[in-house]
Amino acid sequence: MKQLLILSGKGGTGKTTVAAAFIRLSNAKAYADCDVDAPNLHLLMNRSGKAERSDYFGMPKAAVDAEKCVACGLCMQSCRFEAIEAGDVYRIDRFACEGCGVCALVCPAQAITMEPAKSGDLMLFRGDTVFSTAQLQMGSGNSGKLVSEVKKRLFSAAPGAPLAVLDGSPGIGCPVIASVSGTDMVLIVAEPSVSGISDMERILKTVRIFGTKAAVCVNKYDTNPAMTERIESFCIQNGLPFTGKIPFDPEAVTAVNRSLTIADIDCAAGRAVKAVYAKTMAILFEESGAAV
Amino acid sequence: MRIAVLSGKGGTGKTLVSVNLAAAAKAAFYIDCDVEEPNGHLFFKPENVREKEVTVAIPVVDEHQCNGCRRCVDFCRFNALAFVGGKVSVFEDICHSCGGCALVCPVNAISEKQRVVGMVRRGESGGVGVLGGIMNPGEASGMPLIKQLMRDSFASPGYLTFIDCPPGSGCLVMESIRDADYCVMVAEPTTFGASNLQSVYELVKLFGFPHGVVLNKCLDGENPSEQFCLDNGIEILGKIPFDKILGKITSEGQIAVRESEAYARLFGALLQTIIRDVRHETTVNPQRKRRYG
Repeated sequence: MKQLLILSGKGGTGKTTVAAAFIRLSNAKAYADCDVDAPNLHLLMNRSGKAERSDYFGMPKAAVDAEKCVACGLCMQSCRFEAIEAGDVYRIDRFACEGCGVCALVCPAQAITMEPAKSGDLMLFRGDTVFSTAQLQMGSGNSGKLVSEVKKRLFSAAPGAPLAVLDGSPGIGCPVIASVSGTDMVLIVAEPSVSGISDMERILKTVRIFGTKAAVCVNKYDTNPAMTERIESFCIQNGLPFTGKIPFDPEAVTAVNRSLTIADIDCAAGRAVKAVYAKTMAILFEESGAAV
Repeated sequence: MRIAVLSGKGGTGKTLVSVNLAAAAKAAFYIDCDVEEPNGHLFFKPENVREKEVTVAIPVVDEHQCNGCRRCVDFCRFNALAFVGGKVSVFEDICHSCGGCALVCPVNAISEKQRVVGMVRRGESGGVGVLGGIMNPGEASGMPLIKQLMRDSFASPGYLTFIDCPPGSGCLVMESIRDADYCVMVAEPTTFGASNLQSVYELVKLFGFPHGVVLNKCLDGENPSEQFCLDNGIEILGKIPFDKILGKITSEGQIAVRESEAYARLFGALLQTIIRDVRHETTVNPQRKRRYG
């Protein structure tokens, strides 16, 4: 199986728009939404049928037994995450607690236990095509672990699929690192702006640490043609494949609001994404010579 | 007065709104908490920039002292320690710096060293104090940087402060908005925008932050985010049109209120609305409990 991950660094450049179009164009038998913090791919995939749901447990959280707490304050002094509040009985801030267990270790009264804590929901749609997605609970950490779980479930449910399309998350931190790990290729959807270029350079630095193959395309390229040219020359200078550019298209907004991908309707952005898709697939499958 | 700007979805215009509000206020602080992909400094181009490294504590195991009991390895819930080839190995990038391994070691073989994960920068741009963090690529968490920014931001209290949050509604956003007096949510007119607005709205509501919504990139026709606000009785603080001129100014890294009179008026009015709301809220509700202040 070849895994293609769509990333961008900057948010809102069009990762999900491009990923959804690729899923349609390739008829991918396996796809996942790795943006567990703000998942949107399901809004375009219109999966009917029931999802297999399961609770996601991240790190456990400390809990203080009020009966046993002697209010000595040792837990608060030892906590590196400022997750404990003083009082007659000490209290745990569940959003700040990272589940390390140091407070339970130091408590002389054995008043603290580590309790399992749900921090998200996993959803898996089976059938002819498999779709794995999740939603992190608000305010939670452990998004990288949840991303790894989303991918694991996808691959075990669709082991024979020749291609998996993964929609990534913005940024360069733990969920992105968990997404990149093990993928064959990353396609960066860049935006022609000073912010877009800065963020693209930072995500490329991150991807390079993993040694994963990367390519770049530009979305809304005509909103600033000079910046688009800068991205193209950056790619040439750095030996990065450039797989094309997609124009700003109000039809794309309309499509999204009707739960359609840009490949489902005849529009300028849809025509452009087909060319980007063809070039990207050629790079993804170039070593094996296989075609989708 | 601390105003956090957040959105759930990326690219809706958090930086646009927070940068322009700070610039419209003239004497203000702007804090860029999107430490993974910071962009605020590209707009403000701050001068007199001072940089400070941010470090986290990482265990160092003294092989001669270590008796191979493995208590540290068993204790670490993050699997950052392993006992391989008769000694303890530390995986620095997954260590959460909790200090537990050093505490459980019966022979005091574990000490700590500081590892740099990024830096915070402070500068000035036309009366606006610009504070921001930047995480080193390859690091998993920007949390230590955000905590440092929050502590530093209280060094000059009393200022009107705008906090530009990371995308999403997870732990980093939580930390960024923790000490805010007011939350401004920025939403775009798509079902994506409305769906992610719902997540941050739930977060903001759960913690009882006073809040309002700015609708960005408004086009003619349907606006699912506006509908969401109307359905839930959320105050719409203002609307920013989808405008090619604004897009051009912003894509070039310029600040609209400093380039265009029309946008100076738009953000000036938005600022007044927000300040009025915050004043009202602080009269109604007594001082919120601060974590850093």
